[in-house]
Amino acid sequence: MEWETVIGLEVHVQLATNSKLFSGSSIEFGAEPNTQANIYDLALPGTLPVLNKEALKMAVKFGLAIDAEIGKKSVFDRKNYFYPDLPKGYQTSQLDFPTVGKGSLKVTLEDGSTKVIGITRAHMEEDAGKSLHEDFHGETGIDLNRAGTPLLEIVSEPEIRSAVEAVAYLKKLHSLILYLGISDGDMSKGNMRCDANVSVRLKGETEFGTRAEIKNINSFKYVEKAINIEVERQIDILEDGGRIVQETRLYDSEKNETRSMRSKEVANDYRYFPEPDLLPVIIDEAFIEEIRETLPELPDAKRQRFMDEYKLSEYDALVLANDLAIASYFEAVVASCNNAKLSANWVSVDLQAHLNEADIPISESPVTPEMLGGLINKITDNTISTKIAKTVFEAMLAGEGNAEQIIETRGLKQVTDSGAIEAMVDAVIANNPEQVEQYRAGKEKVFGFFVGKIMQASKGKANPAQVNQILKDKLSN
Amino acid sequence: MSISADDIAYIANLARLQLSEAEKQKAAHNFENILALIDQMQSADTDQLEPLSHAIETSQPLREDIVTEQNQRDELQKIAPKCEKGLYLVPKVLE
Repeated sequence: MEWETVIGLEVHVQLATNSKLFSGSSIEFGAEPNTQANIYDLALPGTLPVLNKEALKMAVKFGLAIDAEIGKKSVFDRKNYFYPDLPKGYQTSQLDFPTVGKGSLKVTLEDGSTKVIGITRAHMEEDAGKSLHEDFHGETGIDLNRAGTPLLEIVSEPEIRSAVEAVAYLKKLHSLILYLGISDGDMSKGNMRCDANVSVRLKGETEFGTRAEIKNINSFKYVEKAINIEVERQIDILEDGGRIVQETRLYDSEKNETRSMRSKEVANDYRYFPEPDLLPVIIDEAFIEEIRETLPELPDAKRQRFMDEYKLSEYDALVLANDLAIASYFEAVVASCNNAKLSANWVSVDLQAHLNEADIPISESPVTPEMLGGLINKITDNTISTKIAKTVFEAMLAGEGNAEQIIETRGLKQVTDSGAIEAMVDAVIANNPEQVEQYRAGKEKVFGFFVGKIMQASKGKANPAQVNQILKDKLSN
Repeated sequence: MSISADDIAYIANLARLQLSEAEKQKAAHNFENILALIDQMQSADTDQLEPLSHAIETSQPLREDIVTEQNQRDELQKIAPKCEKGLYLVPKVLE
């Protein structure tokens, strides 16, 4: 039997405002428990919500970036449930009239093909507080600092067909929200969280199978693993003649399994109704246009420009444009050396390798764009070879200064004096008569042996093009 | 439309209400009246009307994104039944 996977993702993005969605409390991370929870956040009687304008603008900005219909009238609703970290007894959310309607996101898959994934809606809502179950002698501790933090919940259509596609969609979404500056997207802090609705059906079937919702996935890697393990579980059940139960499941990354989260027989019934404490939010064309003006160049447009302006391959352009910080770094390198191809290579290969290894963001790179540009200049003006440049780069990472200084103090300047190179070539030829015979007898592979010897003699500093030319001339005489 | 004892038990559970038998019967009666009223409202022709969520025809006022609240934890925790290490304590919620 051939199975098809159907996935829809719900992504919660924490909006990068200063204050909460409906109150003037700070949302800064890491504060002492309950020091950022005021009377409204605690749901004391008589307090009323007032909507944060910036959060609304951020939601609209996201909508414009995914080409969505913007709700000119959006309505907040109460989603009712009881939990101690939700003091009001309801979460203020949006049900029938979200701020962002239907849009779409174009994702690039590993084989280079693209797929457009529909976004059903994105609505504004508030986060809940945190419950701490440990160390309180059988009781639960509640921290309401996070209660009321503005979230944008982005709901995709069930158009994702594999775990790999799900990750590609998430990465594109992540890239986009960082470009827009509406969230820091830090998954490890829970500032971007993902729930996955997963079901399987026989290939060719038009009806959807029963789905399970997997919660608690907090990294790109786990999204892929959690979906794959859940798909396996569902197929096993169906192939054994069983039936999938619609339920919420939790992903356990240590055991790499999903398990049922709610044993309750009563299904969630949130009894949504329009929030009477908040009026509908009406926005006009002028408000939307003002936000459209602030849209930055988005990832797809930047990639296209990198291809047109810098003549980069589609792959190179994609790698650089995906991450705003890397894209900006790259452009700063090009500005200081005017060689896009070398800049792209150094940024996406050598620098990236170091950043990955050291596990630091590009903003903390010990080599600034100007330093890397300076290094590339030394390659293009023939001061050093590419090989020596790697040594200089290592030295820059180690904090030995800029390219100019390192080349000077370490004496790495390339030898371009043809007289000096000729002398080295002569010496190598004289010392290796056997190989000279072999070469002259037609064994051309020996040429590399001579080049190696000469480079060794010059400590890598001889200009390779000149070495090749002079060596060829001398050997053929 | 009649409301069953199960319906009442289900709704009471969602609302975390513990009702006596007499209260359950009274609630069932009230619900039936409410539903009858809604049935009556359903008979009105609303095809040409937009759904109304609020009676006031104006937009929600917006607030600038500024932190205006001070830390009042000590004051607020004075009126809480139980606190420890800055946290509000409640009966354990996970079994």
